[in-house]
Amino acid sequence: MADDATPVVRLDGVEKSFGAVHALTGVTLALAPGQCLGLVGHNGAGKSTLMNVLSGNLAPDAGRIEVGGTDLTRGYAPHVALAHGVRCVYQEGSLCPNLTVAENARISHKAISGPGWRRRARALIGGRLDEIFPGHGISSDDIVGDLSIARRQMVEIARAFAETDTPARVVILDEPTSSLDSVAAGKLLAHVRRHVEGGGACVLISHLLGEILDTADRIAVMRDGGVVALDAATAFDRGKLVAAMGSVAEAAPRETAQTAAIRDHAPVVVEASPPGPDSLALTAHRGEVVGLAGLSGQGQTELLVQIFDHRPGTVVDGEVAMVAGDRQSDGVFPLWSIAENIAIGSLRQFLSGPLLDHGRARAFAEEWRGRIGIRTPDIGNPILSLSGGNQQKALFARALGSTAAIIAMDDPMRGVDVGTKQEVYAMIRAETAKGRTFLWYTTEMDELVHCDHVYVFREGAIVADLARAEMTEERVLHASFREDA
Amino acid sequence: MTATLNLLKQPWVWAWVGALGVWGATAAFTGGQGAGEVLRAALTFGAFYVIVALGQMFVVTLGPGNVDLSIPACMTLAGTVAMKTMAGAAAMIPVGLLIALGIGLVVGTVNYALIRLLRIPPIIATLSSSFIYQSAAIWWNRGLRVKPPAALADFTTAKIAGVPVIALCVAVLAVAGHVLLTRTLYGRGVVAIGQNPRAAHLAGVGVERIRAATYILSATLAGLCGYLLAGFSGGAALNMGEEYLLSSIAVVVIGGTSVAGGFANVPGLWGAALFLFLLVTMLNTFGAGAGVRMVLTGLIIIGVIVAASGTRRRT
Repeated sequence: MADDATPVVRLDGVEKSFGAVHALTGVTLALAPGQCLGLVGHNGAGKSTLMNVLSGNLAPDAGRIEVGGTDLTRGYAPHVALAHGVRCVYQEGSLCPNLTVAENARISHKAISGPGWRRRARALIGGRLDEIFPGHGISSDDIVGDLSIARRQMVEIARAFAETDTPARVVILDEPTSSLDSVAAGKLLAHVRRHVEGGGACVLISHLLGEILDTADRIAVMRDGGVVALDAATAFDRGKLVAAMGSVAEAAPRETAQTAAIRDHAPVVVEASPPGPDSLALTAHRGEVVGLAGLSGQGQTELLVQIFDHRPGTVVDGEVAMVAGDRQSDGVFPLWSIAENIAIGSLRQFLSGPLLDHGRARAFAEEWRGRIGIRTPDIGNPILSLSGGNQQKALFARALGSTAAIIAMDDPMRGVDVGTKQEVYAMIRAETAKGRTFLWYTTEMDELVHCDHVYVFREGAIVADLARAEMTEERVLHASFREDA
Repeated sequence: MTATLNLLKQPWVWAWVGALGVWGATAAFTGGQGAGEVLRAALTFGAFYVIVALGQMFVVTLGPGNVDLSIPACMTLAGTVAMKTMAGAAAMIPVGLLIALGIGLVVGTVNYALIRLLRIPPIIATLSSSFIYQSAAIWWNRGLRVKPPAALADFTTAKIAGVPVIALCVAVLAVAGHVLLTRTLYGRGVVAIGQNPRAAHLAGVGVERIRAATYILSATLAGLCGYLLAGFSGGAALNMGEEYLLSSIAVVVIGGTSVAGGFANVPGLWGAALFLFLLVTMLNTFGAGAGVRMVLTGLIIIGVIVAASGTRRRT
């Protein structure tokens, strides 16, 4: 289908690593004019990284980027991409909140200049908005920061489709419908079809499998930084997409009968519900591993923090220790040594009288270095001398070494290699046998099999409550996506 | 050899090198005459700097945006009220001290309440509240200068074996500050918050409790300094705290504490306090004009800070 025409965009063997994390492992993908490519995959599969490479925001470590048959790999940058008609609607949004809608349109359309630019910018963005989202209710003179998130998204989309001196040859839409209601989403998808039928090209990223199946001509499925399936949209259905996205777990989970026994006999140590509408409540029993599943950013971290803070309305029987997933912002103390980073969670243990005994703290950190295998010649080295995965081990040591009876883990396996993961799983098992309880938010399907009970989150609420026996990957995925998907 | 190298890596060493350097230069210029006198004066005035800088150090270490600008006003208010209450009576000396410390306690609490409850940035909160404290000081005794009790004045100027007693006391205070910073839950908490407040909270550090305690500590030390300084200089003047606004921050920074927070040390405070005083003395001795003096002061401070931060980055 795509092979007869010159592809408008060709990516060849594109690789990108962030430290030890291989975000893209040799992606080859072509996009023909008059085609909409759907891109699906779990969080962290590499979709956004790939689109950031295509729009020039990230330079690939290896591989070629061709636009319109020209090799642009060297010196590829956002302004080069724009000049060649590659536009991107970013997931996080890229509008300047302090400027008006028209002024924002001017920023990415340099051709509007000279006297009267404001009038022309208004006409440009207003016209596109009217065309894509009739009845949008946005004035071109509105300050972007005053608009609702849905209207900001509409402006962002209209700006990407607007044309001045360069045509919009490829428009990348990264989760464009996640902040739109179903009516606006329908208008957008209809416009995408009009755009490709007029000879343009689109890349559509979405977690709503239904809209991908309905809108895209071809679908690429990404997993672990590579494209694992690529075919015409008609060759897929929902089940096949889910199967291609998921992966099979290797480690042996605990026996089902055993997990049911915990629920029956062990006392409840945590009871909490997220603030989302119609949410189910989360319950954790002593010695249980409770999984918090769903797409990323659906309120899992917020619930863990709510439990950590013992906020009113939550029942928490015991101290809680946190293993941060976002190391830089939530976990690491960058100026401290590895030993200090480990010991901070347990300082009370090292008090003799009112003063801290640094010798004991150091011995404690040294013991944990051995137990969890932190690769460093000296525990007194700065924490930042470690790789990301080893920093994460230090954070595990901080929480596991504390006296807390409940351990909350905030998607903690990023950048952790396979071998270490297995060790940590084993350690979690051993700790539950001693009566510790784990609350484990994970976006990795493989890890849910280590949980005794799983709660699936969607849009700030718990929407499914699955015991170990009834937990399958498909059920989790189904619950993760809206019914109208 | 490695011991020397390790010493050079200490962030506080440059302040001491600077202090010794300017003292040596002064002594060389005068042929050694009056070098002892200069050092004694430096120890006395340096002691006042160190008292307030100790509090300021803990505040600055809390991280970006944390600074206590109400120190001068708090000093003035504490000094003024304490002097007027004592009215020169020796028996009232302990009462005066308690009043000065109490005023510091109240000032620190008010500062923190503004920061926490009204969500005002610390720099604005402490600056604006200092106008209120300063006005309170003016209103309290209408600008009259009340003499301190003779015993208090004697204490602040006394010497043991040629060393000012007040410097010895503040040396003990500095040791206590060092222990507080490095060996207590509070101190570790301050350093953790300064590096990453969210991570500190999630690691179980009581972030807001520690912030409150830090602003109260800073103001209480300012109150103590105001009390002692008023005793030393023959009464509380309304502008007595003025020079302590910038010098409290300068001493902290020159001493090797990170302005960005999360990294502090106490030995550097003494080195920097002596350096600041001796620097001005040196330039006076050289007979430099006011303009040249200020330019050189600025340049030399920049030089010491660059030297200190350079070593820290390389470690």
